[in-house]
Formats: sequence, C-alpha cells, structure tokens
Amino acid sequence: MDNTSRRTLLKAGGATLGAGAFARSIAPITEWTADLSVDAFLQRHYKELTRDEMDVVLRRLEAETVEEYGVSVSIDDPRPTPGVSFGYALNLSICIGCRKCAEACHVENNHDRATHNSYIRVLEMKKGTVDLELGRVDYDHPVPDPDHFYMPVQCHHCDNAPCIKVCPVEATWQEADGIVVVDYNWCIGCRYCEAACPYHARRFNWAKPVVPPEEINPDQAYLSNRVRPQGVMEKCTFCLHRTRNGRLPACLEACPTGARVFGDLNDPDSEIRWVLANKRVFVLKEDLGTRPRFFYYFDG
Amino acid sequence: MLTLLLACQTGFTDPSRELGPPVSDGPQHPVEVHVPRSLGVVDTALSDIHGTPIGVDCATCHEPDASGEVWAESDSAGGPSSATELTFHRGLVLRHGDLSCASCHAPGEPGTLRLADDRRLDMADTIRLCAQCHGPKFESYRHGAHGGMNGYWDTRRGPRLRNHCVDCHAPHDPTYAQMVPTFPPGDRNPLGAGRSVDASGHEPTHTNGTADGQH
Repeated sequence: MDNTSRRTLLKAGGATLGAGAFARSIAPITEWTADLSVDAFLQRHYKELTRDEMDVVLRRLEAETVEEYGVSVSIDDPRPTPGVSFGYALNLSICIGCRKCAEACHVENNHDRATHNSYIRVLEMKKGTVDLELGRVDYDHPVPDPDHFYMPVQCHHCDNAPCIKVCPVEATWQEADGIVVVDYNWCIGCRYCEAACPYHARRFNWAKPVVPPEEINPDQAYLSNRVRPQGVMEKCTFCLHRTRNGRLPACLEACPTGARVFGDLNDPDSEIRWVLANKRVFVLKEDLGTRPRFFYYFDG
Repeated sequence: MLTLLLACQTGFTDPSRELGPPVSDGPQHPVEVHVPRSLGVVDTALSDIHGTPIGVDCATCHEPDASGEVWAESDSAGGPSSATELTFHRGLVLRHGDLSCASCHAPGEPGTLRLADDRRLDMADTIRLCAQCHGPKFESYRHGAHGGMNGYWDTRRGPRLRNHCVDCHAPHDPTYAQMVPTFPPGDRNPLGAGRSVDASGHEPTHTNGTADGQH
C-alpha cells in the first residue's frame, strides 16, 4: 500500500514536471505571433529566393517597418557589380581618433540608439605598442593625444573568414565582390561567429533596436542596414547599399582627415591599389591566415 | 547544364540574382576640389549674429580701390606690427615653421601667392603652393590617400568632391587642431546590468573599461 502510494506520487510529480518543461520548451512558439509573421517564418534562404520572391520579401519588410517604426523606407537588394572586388585601407598616421566614423556608422546603419552601437570600434593605444588588449575604447579627452595612436577596427571581410566557417546554418557568407554578409532572416542567433571573429567585428541584437522614426535612414538594403530583428547577428557590410551603387561608405565620408581609402582591388588605377603598392601596409593578426580585405598603413 | 553547374557552385538557385548589371564605361563624372571660403580672407576673430566667423577679404584694404588708392600698404617682411594692425589681425596667427609672410605672399600683391621661384599663383591654386614643400603629402593627396572626400568611389557612376588643403589646415597655423571625440560604445546588452531602455532611445550610457571588457 505504502509502495503504491509512493509510486503514484512520483508518477504524478514526474508528470507535472514533464508538462511544465514541455510548456516552457514550446513557449517561444506560443509567444511567437506579434514579432514573426508566418511568411517570415516560412521564408527560404537568401540564395534560394528568385528575383520575384525577393521582391515579395522586400515589400513585406517595408510594410513591417511602416507598422513597427511608423516610417516609410525603401529596402532594396543591390547585387555585386561584375568584376568589382572591394578593399579598404586605413592610414594610422593620420587617424586622430575622433570616432566620427563610428558615429556615421551608427546613424547610417540604423543602430540601436541607447547602446551607441556601431560596427566600428576605435582603439586608443600607447605609441610604440600594438597591444590590442590594452587598447581602450572609452577614452574621453580631446584627441589626438600626443602619447597615443588610434586604430579603428571593423569587419575585415576576410577571404578566409572564420566566422563563415563556424555558422551552423550558412546564414553568413562572402559575396562575389568580397563583402561578408548575414541573412538576418536565416540567422539563428547562436553567436558562434561572434566568438570566432578575431577582430571582434560582429554584434548581437540583444534587443530590438530602438530608433526614433525621424532618425531612421530610409535608404536600406536587405543584406545591410534595414532595421535588424531581435536575436540575430549583424556586422559591417562596407555599406553595400551605398557602395554597390558606386558611392563611398558612410564612415569614409565622415572621416575629417582622409585616413580612409576605399575602392576596387581589381582596378589597377584605383586609390586603394596605389596605397597597397606605395605605402607601408599591414593586416591585423596576419598570422591567423584570415586574409582580410581591410588594410592598415603608415605614411612615409 | 552549365547553368545548373553554375547555380550549384554559387549556391544561388536563380543565377540572374547572383550579380548586378555591369557598369558601362561611359563618360567619367568630375572629381572636384572644394574651394574654401577662407582663401584670401583674414579671420577677424569676430562672429556675426548667427555665430558665423567674420572674415574680411585681404584685398579690401591691401589692393587699390576704385580711385586707385591703397588703403593699407602691407608690410611684407615682418607682418602686422602696430597696435591697429594687431587689433585688426587678431585672428591671424603665424605658426607655420620658420616661414614669414613673404615666403608665400608677394609684397604688395595680397590677392596672389608666389611660388619659391617667384612665379605668381592664383589664390585658388593654393594646393600647388603647399605642394612645393609638402611633396609626399601632395603625392598621397593626388592618389586619394590624404584629405576627406564625399560622393562616389566609382566615378563612372557619380561625381566626387574632395577637400582642399585649407579646409583642414589653416595656412598660417596648419597643425590639425585637437577635437572632442563623439560618443564611445556603450554596453551592448541593453537588457543586462540592471539598465532599462526608454522608448526615445536616448538614455545616457555607461561604458566598460577596455576593448576586452566589451563582451
């Protein structure tokens, strides 16, 4: 009698726990409604979409932006220009650490306002060292400080990118023009890529970005600066919504000293090719074999 | 078959989506250099009602007026010296190596510049004057590796506007001035560290110590 009662009790307890665990485990599905439409849930991978299907997706995303942020935006899907291979170089001799590039990125790419998010992080380091771990990003004094130099770091768009290799769902890849992109609608937010990137270039959307409607940049692209959903990774896209249409990236236009040089590595007459051929150029953490498309250089 | 193979290689099921249209080799758009309003103007260190600095064209006093009379003869060697001159030229500081006025200005010709070989140069051509001493910088500038710019990297698709030397370096005091940097990165997790984000998104942020501490 005692045994039966004990067994029944255990069964009942187990069943309750099991039901509770099951309810908890399916909570994301039951709570899913407001944020995720059925169309978005069933949407296929970026590379599997045809032009017509992509158009439907873009119009849906535009409608969602109107609904959620109250602004009318244009979301496009510019494709790589045939024969173009992008490269970026930054002159450490004249960078003054003003963070104007980081601010321009913040504004251009519809980043969450409160967290001051940006794809660019400017490190302040003592002259004579390149110790990234001692580089400070929170310096708050007039720049440039005579004892320090400044090194902006953003996505290096590596040809041998560790972040792409670790993605379990192929939500991030390198495009024909060298830009490493993320399909925000395919990303599962596991953050493996953030851990794999040796340049600390990837960001996670812990929350839905909060941007006042009047500050939203309406010139958007699917793979770049459209407002990202919560729980996905994001990163610098070389402003592909600008650069694939021939324009300069926002961070370059914001640079007051001209420390940034952007262009087509396949064009022998381009500014970037002149820098690579004539300046003292290096890449960050070359020993890792990531083969970045982002170069640093010195004058002289 | 070839299309299928191509699709497999790139991952795109619709090969027409892989690349955008090619750019035709049409006429190049211009790459223009901005002409600063400060050329040939002395800063008075005064501002108008809107806070815009007031500059006075050098020629106003130093070149013949309609009647052929020069209001103030410029002293080419030593620069402004008397009390009146110093008051008027308050915004004019000369901190440019060992240069004197006559290194770049022809005496009695305030509207022009002169090169080291005494050839005259229009004020708008200041870059050539700078280049005679700052050769390597000019070389970088010529190749787009010095000085800010706006517009298009691909000049087949649009124009570009480049900064002039004088946009960033005051010719009489050319050291690039210090400035206060814009905001530092904040805590990237708005849900953590006991913070709340208000709807306006303008809550002041607190920062971590080092780059390493930004995880």
